[in-house]
Amino acid sequence: MRIIKNIGQYFGEIFHAIKSLLTGMKITGYYFFHPKEIVTQQYPENRDTLKMFDRFRGEVVLIHDSNNEHRCTGCSACELACPNGTIEIINKKEIDPETGKSTKAIDQFVYHLSMCTFCNLCIIACPTDAIKMAQTFEHSVFDRSKLTKVLNNPGSKLMPGIRE
Amino acid sequence: MILLNFSIYDFSDFINSIDTWLVETFSPTIGHLIGLVLVGTCFLLFTALLGLSLVYIERKVCAFFQQRLGPMRVGPFGTAQTIADIIKLIFKESLITKQSDKFLFNLAAFVIMMAPFIVLSAIPFAKGLQALDMDIGLFFIISVSSIGVTGILLAGWSSNNKYSLIGAMRSGAQIVSYELSVAISLMTIVILTGSLQLSEIIASQSNGWWIFKGNIPAIIAFVIYIIASTAETNRGPFDMAEAESEITAGFHTEYSGIKFAYFFLAEYVNFFIISAVGATVFFGGWMPLHIGDATFFNNAMDFIPPIIWFFGKVAVIMYFLMWFKWTFPRLRIDQLLTLEWKYLLPISIVNLLLMSIVALKGWHW
Repeated sequence: MRIIKNIGQYFGEIFHAIKSLLTGMKITGYYFFHPKEIVTQQYPENRDTLKMFDRFRGEVVLIHDSNNEHRCTGCSACELACPNGTIEIINKKEIDPETGKSTKAIDQFVYHLSMCTFCNLCIIACPTDAIKMAQTFEHSVFDRSKLTKVLNNPGSKLMPGIRE
Repeated sequence: MILLNFSIYDFSDFINSIDTWLVETFSPTIGHLIGLVLVGTCFLLFTALLGLSLVYIERKVCAFFQQRLGPMRVGPFGTAQTIADIIKLIFKESLITKQSDKFLFNLAAFVIMMAPFIVLSAIPFAKGLQALDMDIGLFFIISVSSIGVTGILLAGWSSNNKYSLIGAMRSGAQIVSYELSVAISLMTIVILTGSLQLSEIIASQSNGWWIFKGNIPAIIAFVIYIIASTAETNRGPFDMAEAESEITAGFHTEYSGIKFAYFFLAEYVNFFIISAVGATVFFGGWMPLHIGDATFFNNAMDFIPPIIWFFGKVAVIMYFLMWFKWTFPRLRIDQLLTLEWKYLLPISIVNLLLMSIVALKGWHW
């Protein structure tokens, strides 16, 4: 009986092996005859039509709306969250025109792209969702100093109702 | 006066007319010598072209299997990529390590090219287009194709590098083992043909290919042949001899420049040879697809030139081998030998017996 069982096992293994090999061949064979499945991007040629994925992290940007208003309160949470010191928040005192009180506002949101590892921690840390990762990736420049960017637009101010 | 009766369907008149012209113009000895040089040059050109095109095709095919595009930059669709690679390899420095056995190190690159060159001489490319039609053609191919392992062992030994030596030894073990299955699976068909002469093997398939006529044992033999011959040429998934992840590049670790190109070229010529032998023995070589006595169908198939049939069949088998290579993961060395000694060899021996019974009882067509 044992011999018969062993023989059955031997041929069972062969058929199982053939079946599993054919499963793999079916998948690669499908890819071969379906060129639409190709994931390669021919970059410089398709530059105009290339659209990066939403999850792609290209650089940190401060979101501005059409009134040139942003949501950054200058709380420095992103600066503290950043592991490499990529972000520097320089604040200034500002007199609120409605209440007349002196409040804190960002003067310059400095972002050192050259030090950024695109880890996304600053975006998670931001309490007001003021910053996000953009999908741009053509960052090469001839001068290193160009990689240090000021993210807030000149003349921009805090969106009303964010601080509360 | 040279009389050229060129016909794409039968090359024998064309070859004979060249031979007669050479013998008549020069003395018989010199004429035959010139003929030999001509044939050699043809094979050289053929292997060079084969290497160039196969490297490109393989890169393209494997890219498509892996959802990539492959070479796309040099020339339209990357067609000039291999030419660029060859130019690079020619101009690269040919390094020889200080502690290596320099004579054997240089010799190995030529020994490894020799085996596929000799085997090519016995391959029938089309009707009348065969350098040597020996009565032991298939035996000749089986025995000579294993000379290549000498080159691999020489390369591994003379490099004086532990990875090279391990790779060479693995390759030796692998080729010696799998040679048995290759030979036995080919013998399975020889039982039916009754001849080892390649032209007779092809002639015996004029009313249908052996893979169809030979009943179930022929199909089993073909599957075993494909697996074992892939292993014999050190191609993936059996490329233990040059397992990049464990032993760098195996026996050709220390080779660079044009000598490395020889190893690369030999690999691709061997790849062509196993496909060509498989096509000749199982799929009728240059013989068009014939079904018994269906005259109209057979005549229609005869309209396609034999050389196209041959290269078409070889291309299909090559495609399957590439499919295997780029789908399956690499085996471990003990799994590799287990597969041969515990599975392929017993099955092929039983299959040989089965084919003998089929041939005796006349159960084939």
